[in-house]
Amino acid sequence: MSDFHAAKGRLYGLMAEFDNRYDLLEAAKASYAAGYRKMDAFSPMPIHGLDEAIGFKDRAMPLLVLLGGVVGCLGGFGLMYFITVIAYPMNVGGRPHFSWPAYIPPTFETTILCAAFAAVFGMLALNGLPRPHHPVFSVKRFALASRDRFFLLIEARDPLFHVEATRQFLEAQHAKEVEEVER
Amino acid sequence: MTAERLSGMRNKALIAGAAALAVTAAGMAANPDQFWRSYLLGFLYWAGVPVGCLALLMLHHLVGGGWGIVIRRTLEAGTRTLPLVAVLILPVLMNIPRLYLWAQPDKVAHDELLKHKAPYLNTPFFLGRTAFYFAVWMALAWLLNKYSDGQEKSQSDGTWKPKLQLVSGLGLLLYGLTATFASVDWVMSLDPHWFSTIYGVMFMVGGALTAMSFVIVVMSRLVRSEPMAALMKPNHFHDLGNLMFAFVMLWAYVSFSQYLIIWSGNLPEEIPWYLHRFHGAWGYVAVALLLFHFALPFVLLLLRTIKRKAQVLAAVAIGMLIMRLVDMAWVVTPSFHGEHISLHWMDVTAPVGIGGLWVAFFLTQLSRRTLEPVEAHLLEGGH
Repeated sequence: MSDFHAAKGRLYGLMAEFDNRYDLLEAAKASYAAGYRKMDAFSPMPIHGLDEAIGFKDRAMPLLVLLGGVVGCLGGFGLMYFITVIAYPMNVGGRPHFSWPAYIPPTFETTILCAAFAAVFGMLALNGLPRPHHPVFSVKRFALASRDRFFLLIEARDPLFHVEATRQFLEAQHAKEVEEVER
Repeated sequence: MTAERLSGMRNKALIAGAAALAVTAAGMAANPDQFWRSYLLGFLYWAGVPVGCLALLMLHHLVGGGWGIVIRRTLEAGTRTLPLVAVLILPVLMNIPRLYLWAQPDKVAHDELLKHKAPYLNTPFFLGRTAFYFAVWMALAWLLNKYSDGQEKSQSDGTWKPKLQLVSGLGLLLYGLTATFASVDWVMSLDPHWFSTIYGVMFMVGGALTAMSFVIVVMSRLVRSEPMAALMKPNHFHDLGNLMFAFVMLWAYVSFSQYLIIWSGNLPEEIPWYLHRFHGAWGYVAVALLLFHFALPFVLLLLRTIKRKAQVLAAVAIGMLIMRLVDMAWVVTPSFHGEHISLHWMDVTAPVGIGGLWVAFFLTQLSRRTLEPVEAHLLEGGH
């Protein structure tokens, strides 16, 4: 019993290796069906349906980009208003100071700019980057994840995780190899 | 299953179209001028769909993609309705002096600018150009359908695909020129003193948006039964919704570009077009266009859940089709009446009547060939 807890504390999770994308997709679906939730999948190329298979739902990212867009839109429009009406009111061709059609192109640009910034920096932040090291790199063969192998990781913090049972489960999913990932 | 459904829809379209046209014909006796204006509005609206289908079909042959494979049959059927559109423009061509100021010799005689434009804006040249546009479009439609047929029968891509791509590449070039000139001739010359260089793009984007919305509505009906039920997945509707979204934004972009440039220049020969469309009751229509032709569909089509549900997306597309008609009316009818809104009841019945006939003819064309796309085997797993 105490051995098991010690192992669980030292372990980050179990990494199963597959040599084709279909096995990975099937294994991911089976793991989700078996009740595992704390997992991640790694592949050299995008696999259609894999994010749904591991139950990955990204609600934060679209919201963040929308928020960036709204801030950029209001900020750009507000900036133009501040410049042309409050700070430097000038008579341009006899038009009113508040000439909104002229505000639209800069407003459009700042909207796109802030939405793009929100996308890039939000992605980095949500991925926990920058980060010098991650436990998955302790598995030597994991380097192949960017070449021709496919990996499924079930993390030790998953309530259903049990070193032996989970290993047997993954091996039953046609894993070529199952390795322990140390912290 | 699908065949019965199609013929049922065709009968309904035919009855609705015939009824609306009968009512409109009755109005013709009372107010012939208004009849021809309304007829032109209906013609311009529905001519945009097959020409838009032609452009989308050529675009698909050049760039590929699952979205184009699943709607290919619908697009092809749309292009095969061009002969009907060519027949539908004949009444307009017989009433040119009634509709177009530049064809009224007494008006031109006292107008230096119109005299100056007469070498281009005259009836014989106008007829010749219109004939040329239809010749180009129908030739492209004929070739694309012929090669597509050949591709299906030979079951090999090697010989037919390069031909389809060659026709599409040259065809898109010809489409850009002919569609631009057609919009200048048929619509912009209603205001013969006024001009805008982005006008052709506005009509091409508008037509593509109408065609895309129409195709989405058709696919949402076809997907209820085989063979499309097995072939079309939520991700295809997602792609079609994204394309519609892109055209909504492009429409807003080019429409606003024209406004911004004319507003900035503030030149007396350019601003009347907007003065007629922003003042009086048309001003409210302009606000409605901003809200329901751009803002509302923009927000709705941002949502992934809407784009992935065929029937919900089709509801958005139906709203879009209605707003396209409002936009067409906003662009076309003030040319006849200035800023005084005078939306006649025939402005509704004429587009419905022409639309009924056109949709019935479209459904006939659609049911003539198999619905299963040529490259259905490429759809397996992904885009």
